Amino acid sequence: MSNAKKNDAKNFAVVNHSVPRADGVAKVTGTATYASDITLERMAWAKLLRSPFAHAKILSIDLSEAKRQPGVIDVLTGNNLGPLHPYYGHAVKDHPLLAIGKVRFVGEPVAAVIAEDELSAQEALDKIKVDYEELTPVLDVKTALASSAVLVHGTDYIGGAFRGFDDFTDFPGSTKNICQDVHVEWGDVDAAFASAAHIVEGEFYFPMVYAYAMEPYVAVADYDPNGQLTVYSSAQHPFMVRHDLAEVFDLPLNSVRVIVPYVGGGYGSKSYTKIEPLTAACSWKVSRPVKLQLNVEEAFLTTRSDDARVYIRTAADRNGKLVAKQATIHLNTGAYAENSPMVCRKAANRIVGPYRFPNVKIDCLAIYTNTVPASSYRGLGAAQITFPVESQMDELALKIGCDPQEFRLRNLAHSGESIHPGLRPIDADVPGDIRIAAEALRSNGPLASKHGRSVCCSCSDAGAHPVTLAMVQVYADGSVSVLSGSTEIGQGSHTVLAQIAAEEMGVPLEKVKVLGTDTAVMLFERSTGASRTTTLMGRAVMEACREAIAQCTTMAAEVLGVPVSELIEERGGIRHGKEWLTWPEIMERYFQMEGCSIIGRAYLRRAGPFKSVPIFWEIGVVGTEIALDEETGKISLDTLVTVGDVGLAIHPAMTESQDLGAATMGLGVGLFEELIYDGQQLMNGTMLEYRVPRFSDLARRVELKLVQNQDGVGPYGAKGGGEGSVNPVGACLANALYQAAGVRIRSLPLTPERVWKALQEKKAHAPVAKEKSSVAPKPRARRTRVRKTRAPKRRA
Amino acid sequence: MKIAFELNGKPASLEIEPRETLAEVLRARCRLTGVKLSCESQVCGTCTVLVDDIPVSACTYLAYEIRDKQVTTIEGLADGNRLHPLQQAFLDSFAFQCGFCTPGMILAAKSLLDENASVSDEEIIAYMSGNLCRCTGYLGILKAIRQAAAELQPHLKQKKRTGE
Repeated sequence: MSNAKKNDAKNFAVVNHSVPRADGVAKVTGTATYASDITLERMAWAKLLRSPFAHAKILSIDLSEAKRQPGVIDVLTGNNLGPLHPYYGHAVKDHPLLAIGKVRFVGEPVAAVIAEDELSAQEALDKIKVDYEELTPVLDVKTALASSAVLVHGTDYIGGAFRGFDDFTDFPGSTKNICQDVHVEWGDVDAAFASAAHIVEGEFYFPMVYAYAMEPYVAVADYDPNGQLTVYSSAQHPFMVRHDLAEVFDLPLNSVRVIVPYVGGGYGSKSYTKIEPLTAACSWKVSRPVKLQLNVEEAFLTTRSDDARVYIRTAADRNGKLVAKQATIHLNTGAYAENSPMVCRKAANRIVGPYRFPNVKIDCLAIYTNTVPASSYRGLGAAQITFPVESQMDELALKIGCDPQEFRLRNLAHSGESIHPGLRPIDADVPGDIRIAAEALRSNGPLASKHGRSVCCSCSDAGAHPVTLAMVQVYADGSVSVLSGSTEIGQGSHTVLAQIAAEEMGVPLEKVKVLGTDTAVMLFERSTGASRTTTLMGRAVMEACREAIAQCTTMAAEVLGVPVSELIEERGGIRHGKEWLTWPEIMERYFQMEGCSIIGRAYLRRAGPFKSVPIFWEIGVVGTEIALDEETGKISLDTLVTVGDVGLAIHPAMTESQDLGAATMGLGVGLFEELIYDGQQLMNGTMLEYRVPRFSDLARRVELKLVQNQDGVGPYGAKGGGEGSVNPVGACLANALYQAAGVRIRSLPLTPERVWKALQEKKAHAPVAKEKSSVAPKPRARRTRVRKTRAPKRRA
Repeated sequence: MKIAFELNGKPASLEIEPRETLAEVLRARCRLTGVKLSCESQVCGTCTVLVDDIPVSACTYLAYEIRDKQVTTIEGLADGNRLHPLQQAFLDSFAFQCGFCTPGMILAAKSLLDENASVSDEEIIAYMSGNLCRCTGYLGILKAIRQAAAELQPHLKQKKRTGE
C-alpha cells in the first residue's frame, strides 16, 4: 500500500474516526488504576513537615520525640541524607529533596516522617522541633530585582542535564535572583517606533494560578539496597524522573524503573520531577517501600504557574500594518527553577504571535522569589503572554479605526510564511481559522445590549525537543502491542496510538493494545507535554509499524522463496500474485513455531522531517460572546467557539474535547482563578477558596470546529492540539468586555469586583456625571487573616 | 467498632475505627479504589458514593454512619458485564479524559436520574454543579447524562406501569 493512498483522508479505516476509548471501560467502572491506588507489601507511609516561613535559616532540627512516637520508623531531613546527591532539577540543579540549611517558601518540605501507617506519620509531625532564624523574604519580582535585594539562593548552582538541549539557553547562574533571562531580537525596534504612525503600550498582569489536577501528586517508591529502585508515580514525564532519580541515587539507568499508571490530570503541573526523589529517599532510609500521597492543599504548595507582569508596546504604520513589537516580561518563578527557564524561553518566543513583525525586541526574565515554585502550566508561557498580545491587538485596531478582526487578518502570517527567523515556517491556516470562529459568532445574530464578542489567537512553537523512541510488538496471532513511553494522562494517547498501529498494520483496532508506561520496558520518550504525543509518538508508532512490516516482508520472501520486489503489502499481510499471507501465517511459517512475536522500532530525533523546529506551530483560535451584568460586574459566557487547526484529527471527538477542556481552563483564569498571597502566606490554597470552572459556567452555546488540512509532520499530516485553546481566552473576554461596556482591564481574572470597579471608574470619568446606582454592591473587602500552614490531612 | 451494611448489593460487616471516613474504609479496607479522593473538603464531588441512593462525599462522611445502610460505589453499578446506561453514555459521549472525576460524576448523575429521568439541561447543570471536572469542559458529561436519561425514561415508565 503506498503512503500516498494511506494519507488520503477518505481511505482511513481507523484513524480520523471517533472510536471507543481504549481506557474507557476501566474508567467508567472504577477499575482504572492510578498511582494513588498502588499499595505494595510491607509498604510504609511518609508525611511531610512543611516550613511556616517564606525565608529562614534552619538552626536545628530535633527529631528525638518524633522518633519515639508509636508507629514511626524513621525521620528524614536535609541533615541525614547520607551519600545521596540531594539537589535535582533538569534545568537548574537547585531543588533539594528536603530543605538544606534554609527554607525558601511557606510550605517547603523540611522533614519526612516515615511510619507504619499514614495516621502515625501524620501525628508525629507535631513532635518535630525546628529552630528557625527568620530572614527577610523576597515576595515579589520588583523587590527581587532591586540592586540591594536579598538573595533567594545566593549559591551558584550548576545547570541541569538538559542545558544545551531543547531551547534551554545558557544558565545565567543563581547568584542574583534571576533564574533565567531570554532575549529575542530582530530588525531595528527603536527606529521602527520612532517612525510608526500608531503606537499602543501598556502593562498587563497574568495571575498566579494552580492547575488543579484532580489527582494530587503521589509516589510509591521501593528502594532495594542491592541497587534497584522502582517508583510508581503520577508523573507526566517518567523518563525525566528516571534521570533525576539516577543522579540522586547514583544508579545506572537500568536500575531505575519508573512506572506510571493512569494519571488523574496534569495540564503541565505533573511535568518533570516532583516528589519522586524524596519518596525514594524515604524508602532508602527505611529499606521498605514507602508511599507519599500529597493532598490537594499540599499540591497547591508544590507547583503553580508563573505569574507574569508584561510591559508591551506595539506599533503599526499608517496602512495598518504591524511594524514593531517590544516587550519586557517578568515571570515570578518562586523559590526553585523547575521548568520556568523553559517557560521563560517560550514566553519570549510566543509573544510575537502568528503575525508578521519586521522588528521585534523581547526581554524575558524568570525571577526567584520566596513563594511556591512555578513551573509548566498548560500553554507553557503562552497563556501568560497571549492575554497582553491579543488585548493590545484590539487596542491598536481601535486606535487606528480598524475592525479588530480585519486588523488581524491584514497582519497574520499565512501558511508557509516565516514569523521567527530561523524557525519552521507557519504550518497552519491562521487567517482561515479566525474566519471560521468569527463566522460562528456572527451566526448568533445582531449583538445584544451588554454583550460583546471577540476572536483571538495564539501561536506556540510546540512539541519540545524531538527525541521519541517507540516499539511495536506484532504477535503470531495477529495481535499487536504498542510500547510507548507516552503517559496516558487523559489526552487519549492509548486510543490514538492504537488507532495508528491498527491503521498501519491493517488489523482490527480490538487487536491492538497500548501498554502503560514502564521505563524498564519502554524506550525513551522525552516527555508527554507540549502537545507532542500525536505528532511525535504517533509518527514513531507509525514508523515502527512500517519497520515491522518490512521485517515481515523479508520473512515472507524467504518462506515463499521469491524476491522482496515481487511482494506487495496488503491490509494485514503480504500478497504475492494470488497468494496472500497474513502476519500470523508469515510468522508461523518463518519460525516454524506458534506464539512468536517480532518487534518493529523507530528512533525519531532532530533529523529528517523533525530537523526544522518547532516540530509544529500550535495555533489557538477562540471566539467568545459574553453577557455582562453591569450591576454586579459579573461576566457570563454566552458562546464559546474553538478552532482546532490540527492537520488531521486522529480521533475527532477527543480532539474537540481537548479544545473545550483547554478553553474552559482559560475561562477559569479569565474569570475566577488567582492564587493570592498576603505577605508570606498563600491565602487561598484550598478548593474551598480557589474557584475553578463548574458545570454552571458552561457556555449557552458551544461550537468546536476542526480544521484538517493535513499540513503537519505527524502521522497522516497530523499536528498536536489541546493547549492552544487555553491561551486566547483571557484576551477574548477582556476584548469582549471592552465591546460590551467600553472598559479595558489589563489584569486577569475579570472578577465581578474588578469589572464593577472599572465600570464605576468609567462612570466617574464620564463627561456627564451620573448618580451612583443605589443597588450596586460594595466591593468585597480583601481578607487579611493570617493562617498557619495547615497540617496535611490523612487519607486512605 | 463493628458495623454491618450492604455494599454494592451484598451484605458486609467490618471492624472500623470510629474516626475513619467512608472513603478511607472503602479504599483501604474494602479495596474499592474506584472511590477517588481529591479536594477532601466536599467541593469537588470526586469521592461521591451513594448511601441509600443519596449521594454523599465519602471524604468527609464518617464510615460509622453507613451502619445498616446500602452503599453503592462505581464498582457496583454494572450488572455483570452489562454497563449501566450512564456508564455506556459516558463512553459514547467521551464524557471524561483522565477519568479521575468519573466515578463520582456517574454516581451523582445516577442519583439525579433515579429521582427524575425526564430532566432538563438546566436541571442537570444545577444538580451536577457540585462535581468538578478539570479536563472536559463539561459538555460531554451533559450529553452523556441526556443520553442516559432518554434511555432510562422508557424503563421508568414501564416500571411504573407494571407497578414495580
